[in-house]
Amino acid sequence: MATAEAEIADDRLAGVAGNLTKAQQSQLTRSRVRAAWLFLAPMLILLALVAGWPLFRTIWFSFTDANLSDLGSAKFIGFENYLTRIDGEWYGVLADAEWWNAVWNTMKFSIISVSIETALGLIVALVLNATFKGRSLVRAAVLIPWAIPTIVSAKMWGWMMHDQFGILNHMLLGLGLISAPLAWTASPDLAMVAVIMVDVWKTTPFMALLILAALQMLPTDCYEAARVDGIHPVKVFFKVTLPLIKPALMVAVIFRLLDALRIFDLIYVLTSNSRDTMSMSVYARQQLVDFQAVGYGSAASTLLFLTVALCTVLYITFGRVRFEGR
Amino acid sequence: MMMHATLSALFLGALLAVSLPAAAVDLTISCGTVGREREFCEQATSAWAKETGHHVTLATPPQRTNERFFQYLFDLGQGDSRIDVYQIDIIWTGLLAKHLVDLKQYISQTDIEQNFPAIVANNTVDGRLVGMPWFTDVGLMYYRKDLLEKYGLSVPQDWSELIDIALYIQTQERKAGQSEMWGYVFQGAAYEGLSCNALEWIAAYDGGTVVDKEGAITIDNPQANMAIARAASWVNTVAPPQVTSFNEEDARQMFQSGNAVFMRNWPYAWAMLNAKDSPVAAKVGALPLPRGGVKGISASVLGGWQLAVSKYSKNPEVAADLVRYLTSEAVQKQRAIGGAYPPTIMRLYEDPEILAAVPFLATMRPAMESAVARPVPQTGTDYMAVTTYFWDAVHNVLQGQGTAASNLKALEDQLRHVKFRGGW
Repeated sequence: MATAEAEIADDRLAGVAGNLTKAQQSQLTRSRVRAAWLFLAPMLILLALVAGWPLFRTIWFSFTDANLSDLGSAKFIGFENYLTRIDGEWYGVLADAEWWNAVWNTMKFSIISVSIETALGLIVALVLNATFKGRSLVRAAVLIPWAIPTIVSAKMWGWMMHDQFGILNHMLLGLGLISAPLAWTASPDLAMVAVIMVDVWKTTPFMALLILAALQMLPTDCYEAARVDGIHPVKVFFKVTLPLIKPALMVAVIFRLLDALRIFDLIYVLTSNSRDTMSMSVYARQQLVDFQAVGYGSAASTLLFLTVALCTVLYITFGRVRFEGR
Repeated sequence: MMMHATLSALFLGALLAVSLPAAAVDLTISCGTVGREREFCEQATSAWAKETGHHVTLATPPQRTNERFFQYLFDLGQGDSRIDVYQIDIIWTGLLAKHLVDLKQYISQTDIEQNFPAIVANNTVDGRLVGMPWFTDVGLMYYRKDLLEKYGLSVPQDWSELIDIALYIQTQERKAGQSEMWGYVFQGAAYEGLSCNALEWIAAYDGGTVVDKEGAITIDNPQANMAIARAASWVNTVAPPQVTSFNEEDARQMFQSGNAVFMRNWPYAWAMLNAKDSPVAAKVGALPLPRGGVKGISASVLGGWQLAVSKYSKNPEVAADLVRYLTSEAVQKQRAIGGAYPPTIMRLYEDPEILAAVPFLATMRPAMESAVARPVPQTGTDYMAVTTYFWDAVHNVLQGQGTAASNLKALEDQLRHVKFRGGW
């Protein structure tokens, strides 16, 4: 959209320029460029301050032996925090079994939760796209989980999943589905399931909303043609709807994926530093704050940043996602 | 002229230095805020202030120890000089050492040596005394006197005897209709409390202290393996399955409600167990922790609080004098009688006035003498990493995720990474 507007502006500019001499034209262009930079400057400065500077500092720290108790005395140590070989042993984040456990947890979490959210979001969107009474009310209601701050919903679910007083166990026991209370967030087998469950509950509305927006833009003529030809609705969905909403779906998935890869709050509130659910962000925080290893933790943060960047590039390349929407 | 100026400056300096002790100094101390700690701190500091003519302000640190630690760490990391004297946990000595002064230069050797050697050792980092012991904590084995008497059993001497007795009484009591009865409760959640418990099991069987005094990682040894594997076998046999999520208070509540025969806990539990409304009041005894087998030792982990002087204090000498006063025999005695704070000075455990006021301290003494310290000074700023990986590994074994052997092997590998990074 942004590019389209820019092009229109360019065309207009060309039209005006046609009636001007070359000198006038370049002067106008220069003043316009100046004005553009002037308008952009606050945003660029702000971005550099709140995003660029911390990122740069984190990357710099990752090459030092900085400690939280004494940041001033940090020394440059090259790639030692990442990977180094001393006396036939590998050291550094990349040789740390805990780090790879965190990477594995994050990947598992991201792939499973985003897949479920996409499937459920699609179903919810299709339902909400149909015309029925009180549709706008249902649409608003569906958004509630997304509107609640993550810390609040994580705390809320933490209580609902409590092994002794939690309502979830109470209900399951009442229905006779389980014979003893389950330790949802403490048991090694269930902790990841619990985290994914809460994330799906929370984020499905977001997916549904994005897909619904795509559904509402679909042309009606294809559907009329399909109805005239008597095509089965399931076939219509796979042959018409899905290909048409695919670009929007891909963008929604990439948003969610980027969000899921850096997951922190939900996991930290629900299961703290537990090894069974520790994500890359939780690992980095533990090193940075709990263990005060700022250099080492920064290396982990930088690797997380690179992982997210790599996933994005891979996804855009292989998924052929186009953000222009054309 | 220049010479003259320098000389007079020197003279002025000397004059100032001489007259300094007489000038009143403003000090700030950050002492604990749990229970009556603040009240006692205020009393003692104002007594010192009256005696010396200096002035002392009490800072208000966060109540939760974890938050307090991070505040201290950030303040000291920035060279903050607002607080002169800090009350620090025994596990912070290595973490904060480089910001604290060596108290050996201000406090006499006799004053230092009257404290339990294990506590002094825990406060000594690279040969510097960074904290002066103030009051202490030690792991104790609480037991139900009445139940042992009922079955005609004497107090256990070692771990296997304790578990046998616990299992026997548990079975008998359940037969008699006490279906909720369990033999033994301890701190089994994944946190510092489990590190203390596990260290006690391992040290009792001569399996070391995870990292030895020279900083070598020793955890993956047959004795430690055996001790941890034994502990794992207690879960769901003699200890309740939920013990793997128990902290001090969970264990105390279960024991206090009469549903456990033995409990490992800190001295604080004594007063609560014997409170008027406690169902087990006057039915409880306390022992040092059992030995590991016939040849083993009794090992109780040390806790407790120290006073330290900040390196960034403007008046370290006066601050050290305040510390000397607060940790002196007279003040420790006052605090023991008035607030039941266990002293760190050995002699005080024989003081008739203290024993009359707090008879329980007599039972603490043998535990104090057999105390083991956590590997704090030798791991320096990495103690939190060491203890976190340690409790995680033990917690895995207790929960049946992998064997003791596989978990301790992985722990040793992990600690090698921490050691490499920290350079100890």
